[in-house]
Amino acid sequence: MNHTRLIIEREYLTQVKNKKFIIITLLIPFLFVGVGLFISFLTNINSDSIKNITLVDNSGIFENSLLSSDTIKFSFLDDLDEEEAKLISQEKNDDALIFIPNVIDTKNINYVELSKSIKLISEDSPSLTLINSIESRLEKILTDLNYTNSGLDLNKIKESKIYIDLVQVSFEGEESTKIDGLLKMAFGFILGMLLYMFVFIYGSMILRSVLEEKTSRIVEIIISSVKPTQLMLGKIIGTSLVAFTQIFIWIALSLIISTLVSFIFGVSTSDINSLDVSDAEFAQINSGIQIFFSAFFNLPLLNILIAFVFFFISGLFLYGSLFAAIGAAVDSETDANQFMLPVGMPLMIGLYVGVFTVSEDPSGTIPTIFSHIPFTSPIVMMMRIPYGVPIYEQLISLSILIATFFATVWFAAKIYRVGILMYGQKPSYKDLYKWLKY
Amino acid sequence: MSNLLSIDSVSKNFGDYKALNNVSVDIPEGSIFGLLGPNGAGKTTLIRIINQISIPDIGKVMFNGEPLSSKHIRNIGYLPEERGLYKSMKVGEQALYLAQLKGMSRVDAKKQLKYWFDKFEIGEWWDKKIIELSKGMAQKVQFIVTVLHKPSLLIFDEPFSGFDPINANIIKDEILQLREEGSTVIFSTHRMESVEELCDHIALIHKSNKVLDGNLNDIKRQYKTNTFEVGLVCKEQDVLKQLISSKFNSVDASFRSLGKELKLNISLEPKQTSNELLSFLSSNAEVNHFMEVVPSANDIFIQTINNQK
Repeated sequence: MNHTRLIIEREYLTQVKNKKFIIITLLIPFLFVGVGLFISFLTNINSDSIKNITLVDNSGIFENSLLSSDTIKFSFLDDLDEEEAKLISQEKNDDALIFIPNVIDTKNINYVELSKSIKLISEDSPSLTLINSIESRLEKILTDLNYTNSGLDLNKIKESKIYIDLVQVSFEGEESTKIDGLLKMAFGFILGMLLYMFVFIYGSMILRSVLEEKTSRIVEIIISSVKPTQLMLGKIIGTSLVAFTQIFIWIALSLIISTLVSFIFGVSTSDINSLDVSDAEFAQINSGIQIFFSAFFNLPLLNILIAFVFFFISGLFLYGSLFAAIGAAVDSETDANQFMLPVGMPLMIGLYVGVFTVSEDPSGTIPTIFSHIPFTSPIVMMMRIPYGVPIYEQLISLSILIATFFATVWFAAKIYRVGILMYGQKPSYKDLYKWLKY
Repeated sequence: MSNLLSIDSVSKNFGDYKALNNVSVDIPEGSIFGLLGPNGAGKTTLIRIINQISIPDIGKVMFNGEPLSSKHIRNIGYLPEERGLYKSMKVGEQALYLAQLKGMSRVDAKKQLKYWFDKFEIGEWWDKKIIELSKGMAQKVQFIVTVLHKPSLLIFDEPFSGFDPINANIIKDEILQLREEGSTVIFSTHRMESVEELCDHIALIHKSNKVLDGNLNDIKRQYKTNTFEVGLVCKEQDVLKQLISSKFNSVDASFRSLGKELKLNISLEPKQTSNELLSFLSSNAEVNHFMEVVPSANDIFIQTINNQK
């Protein structure tokens, strides 16, 4: 037991003291926040630029109803034909020119006809958001006019308009909303993806560590003091601790940095204020944020956290032992790749199954089956848990996973203790099978 | 003399391949025991069984009268042929780690390491990484790690490979010194001159079988052919040669000498004695060289292996 502690300690300390490890651990949160900042910076630049648009309104309908905003500035001209308007617009260096032809019968305007004759003229084709924004503004004005024209009371129409936001309730009486569903999907996807990445990252860390001992030939000295299985388990546990340290630092640093950043730049508040929205819309967004947060806190967060820790450890142990066996069987990382693919395949299948079936029907047959198959269960189960999975089902899945882990450790130990002393040629699957019987 | 290690009818198979076939070897306490054999004979397998890296399929191994078990690990020091250290770990740190794996306390390990580092005058390497040391330097560290916990059984697999002659000599003296202090040494090598120099017992393994073992001198006695190497100074060498071959079996020989004397290897029949030969020779010529030809370990090695074919 004492030996295992020594091995874990060494494994942990050498990995953690490694310069590359320290750099990556410290750099990634900065990179994450940096990329986030960069993206929001880019979108800011984009939205900050004001589009100058000249509206040649020969009909005289829009001049008073079309208002400029923070992002679009309209200037109005009238009594020009298309050619004259183009010349002027070009001189003014406008982003675009909207040409509205004259209406002949001012008393009895056919708005449908008019809507079809509006043109947008520009040097380069404007962005889709700009076109959409202009279209919806013009649409709203013309529709309102058209309602009035048909003798409908605009206020009554607005009053009669009904918005539906279905209240979703589970049989247990828990309320949820569309945002809930979206959030669950996103959360499940992120969790599954993280688990997939982490198992691969730390699994190959174990592989490299085993390979290092083998290629540096120190392994024979060590296993003359400790049992190979002990050495292998020590490595897996040590690397798992490294994983937890690194993930913990990542989370902590990301929180600290993003808090600092939002504090310094005041991102959250100024963002909302700068949005070009009316009070009503603002209230809507505000309540949207509230809904988001309530949806977020509606997630089984504690369950997610605990399940993630357990499924991650068990998954890492399961795959870690297989990766350790690969590391022991081969002589170089290049050779290792050949075996990593088949071993990593179930993990990939888990990810695909999760992505394509869980959001459709989280407790459907396929997701349920795959969340119990030990090699895919860590990922698929993590994707299902945000939707709510009975605890007993999680426990069953975890027990299967742990039982399989013992089987793979036994299997891996067999390969490991033989492979680690075999140098020279790359073993075939047949060789590996033979080693099981030594 | 009692046996520190007693290997009794050990067999080991790897799949269809028989690595050891019913091998029995006794290693007397306080001896330097040469484990010899061509490549692939099964030496490493046997050594790994002694180190409990592999377990024999059949047969048992006794250590100091008890069945070999994990508690004996700390009594064994092993320097494998395929050796190395963690490349990017500091020398002192990994020596401490390896010593603790052998069951030493950290404090004790540190004290012993200081003694050995001072002895080899390599104290300034403590904080260096292995990657910064030369191969020979790393070998020295490796040697220290092997003997640090004062094991009663030391196993050296090709200990001199990678050392220059000066350092090889230092290591050789250390091995002899350790034997003086009561350690038993198993010494596996291809270098027959070091067997000659160090070993008092040997075992020869060939194609998974033990083909020869025992005290080296006894074996030599067994293998000697009653042949004498002689140098004779006289005027008429051809006449003398004919005269000798009429009474004894003789062939031409060559050895280093200062003069141009007649050099012969003369083998005696069972009833002839060396005194008869000597008095016959001295009455016919001036004898300036007379030596019994003792088979070298190398000769024995090659002869035994060839006899097996």
